[in-house]
Amino acid sequence: MSDVFDETDTTQDGLNIVVCIKQVPDSAQIRVHPVTNTIMRQGVPTIINPYDLFALEEALRLRDQYGGTVTVLCMGPPMAEDSLRRALGIGADQAVLITDRRFAGSDTLATSYALATALQKIAEDRPVDIVFTGKQTIDGDTAQVGPGVARRLDLNQLTYVSAIDMLDRNAGEIVVRRRAEGGVQVLKTKLPCLITMLEGTNTVRRGSIEDVLRAARADVTTWSAQDAGVEDLTLCGLKGSPTVVKRVFAPKPRAEKAEMVTIEGKQPSDIGDAVIDLIFANQPKLEADLKAAAGA
Amino acid sequence: MANAPKKAGGRSGMRKELPEHFKAYRHVWVFVELERGNVHPVSWELMGEARKLANKLGVDVAGVVIGPHGEETDRAAAEAFHYGADKVYRCADPILADYRNEPYTRALTDIVNTYKPEILLLGATTLGRDLAGAVATTLRTGLTADSTDLDVDDEKSLAATRPTFGGSLLCTIHTLNYRPQMATVRPRVMAMPEADTSRTGEIVDHPLGMAEESIVTKILDYVPDANIAQANLAYADIVVAGGMGLGNQENLGLVKRLAGVLGAEYGCSRPVVQKGWMSADRQIGQTGKTIRPRLYICAGISGAIQHRVGVEGADLIVAINTDPNAPIFDFAHYGVVADALTILPALTDAFSRRLGQRAMAG
Amino acid sequence: MSNHFDAIVVGAGPSGNAAAYTLAKKGLSVLQIDRGEYPGSKNVQGAILYADALERIIPEFREEAPLERHVVEQRMWMLEERSHTGAHYRSDDFNEDRPNRYTILRAQFDKWFSQKVREAGALLITETTVTDLVKDEDGKVIGVKTDREGPPLYADVVILGEGVNGLVGQRASLRPELKAEHVALAVKETHFLPETTVRERFNLRGEEDGVVIEVLGSVSSGMVGTGFIYTNKESISIGVGCLVSDFRETRVPPYVLLDRFKSHPSVAPLLKGSEMKEYVAHLIPEGGYNAIPKLTGDGWIIVGDAGQFVNAVHREGSNLAMTTGRLAAESVAELKEAGLPITEANLANYRDALKESFVMKDLKKYRRLPDILHNNKHFFTAYPKAISQAMQTFLRVDGVDKKTKEGAMMRALRDARGGWWNVFVDMFKIARAWR
Ligand SMILES: Cc1cc2nc3c(=O)[nH]c(=O)nc-3n(C[C@H](O)[C@H](O)[C@H](O)COP(=O)(O)OP(=O)(O)OC[C@H]3O[C@@H](n4cnc5c(N)ncnc54)[C@H](O)[C@@H]3O)c2cc1C
Ligand SMILES: Cc1cc2nc3c(=O)[nH]c(=O)nc-3n(C[C@H](O)[C@H](O)[C@H](O)COP(=O)(O)OP(=O)(O)OC[C@H]3O[C@@H](n4cnc5c(N)ncnc54)[C@H](O)[C@@H]3O)c2cc1C
Ligand SMILES: Nc1ncnc2c1ncn2[C@@H]1O[C@H](COP(=O)(O)O)[C@@H](O)[C@H]1O
Repeated sequence: MSDVFDETDTTQDGLNIVVCIKQVPDSAQIRVHPVTNTIMRQGVPTIINPYDLFALEEALRLRDQYGGTVTVLCMGPPMAEDSLRRALGIGADQAVLITDRRFAGSDTLATSYALATALQKIAEDRPVDIVFTGKQTIDGDTAQVGPGVARRLDLNQLTYVSAIDMLDRNAGEIVVRRRAEGGVQVLKTKLPCLITMLEGTNTVRRGSIEDVLRAARADVTTWSAQDAGVEDLTLCGLKGSPTVVKRVFAPKPRAEKAEMVTIEGKQPSDIGDAVIDLIFANQPKLEADLKAAAGA
Repeated sequence: MANAPKKAGGRSGMRKELPEHFKAYRHVWVFVELERGNVHPVSWELMGEARKLANKLGVDVAGVVIGPHGEETDRAAAEAFHYGADKVYRCADPILADYRNEPYTRALTDIVNTYKPEILLLGATTLGRDLAGAVATTLRTGLTADSTDLDVDDEKSLAATRPTFGGSLLCTIHTLNYRPQMATVRPRVMAMPEADTSRTGEIVDHPLGMAEESIVTKILDYVPDANIAQANLAYADIVVAGGMGLGNQENLGLVKRLAGVLGAEYGCSRPVVQKGWMSADRQIGQTGKTIRPRLYICAGISGAIQHRVGVEGADLIVAINTDPNAPIFDFAHYGVVADALTILPALTDAFSRRLGQRAMAG
Repeated sequence: MSNHFDAIVVGAGPSGNAAAYTLAKKGLSVLQIDRGEYPGSKNVQGAILYADALERIIPEFREEAPLERHVVEQRMWMLEERSHTGAHYRSDDFNEDRPNRYTILRAQFDKWFSQKVREAGALLITETTVTDLVKDEDGKVIGVKTDREGPPLYADVVILGEGVNGLVGQRASLRPELKAEHVALAVKETHFLPETTVRERFNLRGEEDGVVIEVLGSVSSGMVGTGFIYTNKESISIGVGCLVSDFRETRVPPYVLLDRFKSHPSVAPLLKGSEMKEYVAHLIPEGGYNAIPKLTGDGWIIVGDAGQFVNAVHREGSNLAMTTGRLAAESVAELKEAGLPITEANLANYRDALKESFVMKDLKKYRRLPDILHNNKHFFTAYPKAISQAMQTFLRVDGVDKKTKEGAMMRALRDARGGWWNVFVDMFKIARAWR
């Protein structure tokens, strides 16, 4: 399904960049009812997924350097428009919201389908050079949607990117640093590509007064599933999601509480010894190993 | 909406109606993560877990080893048997010397499509997540990320449990009607099984069938981490950590000093990282490292659920906190209600005295 | 893209929203600026919404606004260390089609109100703080400066709905600094409970019915202040507020006050098992009529808390804010329509409209109260104690005859204030203040 993505169009000026952003509940403020274990949604504010802001900033930097446009794309309920508008206020040029009842309940596979379809639609006007996503969301928290979109559109997949070292528009090449488990890979690939940006790699800018005014005035393009070009509705929402959540429950509390070390009337050094006695009594092997290491 | 965790209900009552062509999918597989010559220990942790699942299902365990031709790949295959594999699928090709998404995705999807496993487990490392997302999408199947518990339900489906809503709840996810059922698990969440070096098994080789010229992405360089806490924290025997209760960056020196005496790694809670007092690779918890040390000493950490899930696997947890009601005492084994600024140095002294004495005597 | 507007509204609280909505509905170009991440994100209120003021702005609000419960019962508690004496009023008449008072969660309510403002055509920018006003050479206000990069923004009039602190107005020397005895500091927590639990604990019939408890007495630990408990759908708002000047004097930390209130034997069972979320502190202007600053000038108008429009006795604020916001907008629209400049002189229409409304009438009525309460702390200490003692004497059946009991009760009241004369003076003061 990726014909429109096959070639980046180097005859055009500047880059065509799309950043996928998700509106998420501010998880710091989510409450679980202590007795019923249900989520209490009342009044939980929504925010742009914090990881996506690093992607947005990186996209804006590329645009500022090479010219072009940054479009922010979000799948979500109508109120997700607020997040897109916020992204415009940070400096994005255009915003597209895909919203449809039939997207509800999408897992990562269905989400990547919907986003990929919308991306293709965006690419009809002009081929997209780079798609950015965040490393992961704080609600879904899977880090799968980025790779999912990349696979569906056959984009070169660059995950956990900490820096973009080089971009050659004419050759259609990009060099990035990618975090691996024990080090950093320096990768070179061709556009179009999909980059999932690592957190903390840049500082998100604050839009100027012109940016926020433009954002306040802007029209957020809103597409239904059909507008976005979805042909097969069975690939969307609950229907298109192979995973099923069977049960939601609270973590089991540990039965016993910590045994408290008495400190009344003791000198700090005595407390230190008391704690160590407990540790070694509990973990005799650890004592032996530590002493062996110290003796060695 | 989207991939936000769904409420139980709605589809939770959905029944298993596995399409005919998926019924041939059998056995539990583990992707053996080989990077730059080393197998990531998470692969063996998963192998232990796969064994348990396979026993419940009455099927076999297989490992998938992907890498270059040669000793390291062969050793990984041999070790897979030691940790519980009955069979190993091996794809060896010079192209696979370093991890790249494109050829690895190709290799793994090909092997899956050819030999049809019912369950495929991968480590939730940067490599594992990069690969799992691409493979699951290519296969159009379900994938549960960052599982903390794996089990088999009455209908012999994989029940993968993972934290949701910022860690405050857990949810159990099934891939009822697609195969393979995929899940990733973070390092140190599962226990490391004992190796049995006498075990061996059949190795099935599978060709990659790609030419280097056809692969777009090239590796220009690899810069190993100078600071290898990145890898060490998760596997350290002893971890000492400090939280916001220490008040400032300077006081975190007390944590490092105690760690130094114990030959331990040190870490911290998330806000400490956010303050810039420690680097992000030292963060312990749900969005940081999961640790499983023999001893975990934490000072000035309140014990929020997101921190707790990262340390619960520790054999022994000792907490120092001024607040007797701090939630950390709900899951620590020993608690000291006192100022960490006096207790940490006291512990450091006492440990060096004890260990030092022995060193002199012995 | 023009940076000139008919009006710039500073603040997206009830007053700013009322003003921006009314202006936009009348077809004026409006820019509204709030410093919060989204409208309502920093706003704090108990909160009771008084329907009337909003109905005059958005008649159909009941169908759309995120309302929690409508109030069917009001309780007044006089708190003592271990007791409370209460008066409850509950009536089925409050279960009317168009209820008069609702509990709301401000964060959600403000978001909705702001959405209406934008739908009406006003532009809103958030996360933007107005730092100063721009004046021309004659001193007329012609625009605002913000903390974002870029040029100032211009308008024919700036409506300041910036809330109690009123820093912008202060910086531009439009108004004096707040006095500590003119503001109360309120701390509030929201405690979450399942809907059914809220219903059971407060004896409510449906998920629409709600209770308000107003609390006097030991809740303020001797300071001038009150406490409150409101029922929301799945939560309870509980708070206490006292004059800033008293906090300074007593050095009681506000959260300690709230903790004492929460652990009171009459209160603790209502909160048991709940999960506390959201602890907030906010100022409430309580100086009343005498503290109202200059409200208009060339190119500027003050509305809401920024103008000290709060009726502390009845705990009304948001309705005064909405009403002053609406009246300011109507006055501006009137001048615009007549082609008149927005000057101090022409804004007499706003000042007159205020005088005619309940806002000024009520504030004037209670104008003496703040001073009386400030100088007579015993209203918050001696009386509650005496009443509690009297109630105990009255209720205990212990072989003492009723006549002796009545005598003891009267003596307790007298002794509490060191003689009948003082009790009489107190009554007189209150009566006068209420007149
Ligand atoms: C989506 C999400 C993901 C998160 N992921 C993580 C994660 O991976 N890891 C993580 O740690 N957190 C995580 N958090 C944050 C977590 O919720 C807590 O906010 C955090 O763990 C608290 O850190 P803390 O215990 O250091 O600080 P605090 O909660 O501020 O606790 C400080 C403690 O120090 C004690 N104290 C104060 N002074 C002293 C003293 N002198 N001596 C001894 N004790 C003292 C206090 O009593 C208190 O208990 C996450 C949150 C969210 C919403
Ligand atoms: C604890 C508590 C309980 C209360 N209970 C009730 C009640 O039950 N019923 C009732 O009717 N009233 C109640 N009130 C009073 C009521 O909340 C206020 O009267 C009302 O909110 C005033 O509205 P406002 O629009 O004038 O100001 P605010 O609601 O304070 O709004 C001011 C807005 O301006 C913004 N702002 C300020 N400065 C700037 C700047 N420089 N640049 C940009 N934006 C700025 C702020 O972010 C804010 O959004 C209560 C108050 C408190 C504190
Ligand atoms: N509904 C969505 N709309 C737009 N982008 C999304 C959506 N869901 C996920 N993404 C993107 O995919 C990334 C990874 O998400 P996740 O797989 O949920 O962790 C996020 O950081 C976003 O950039």
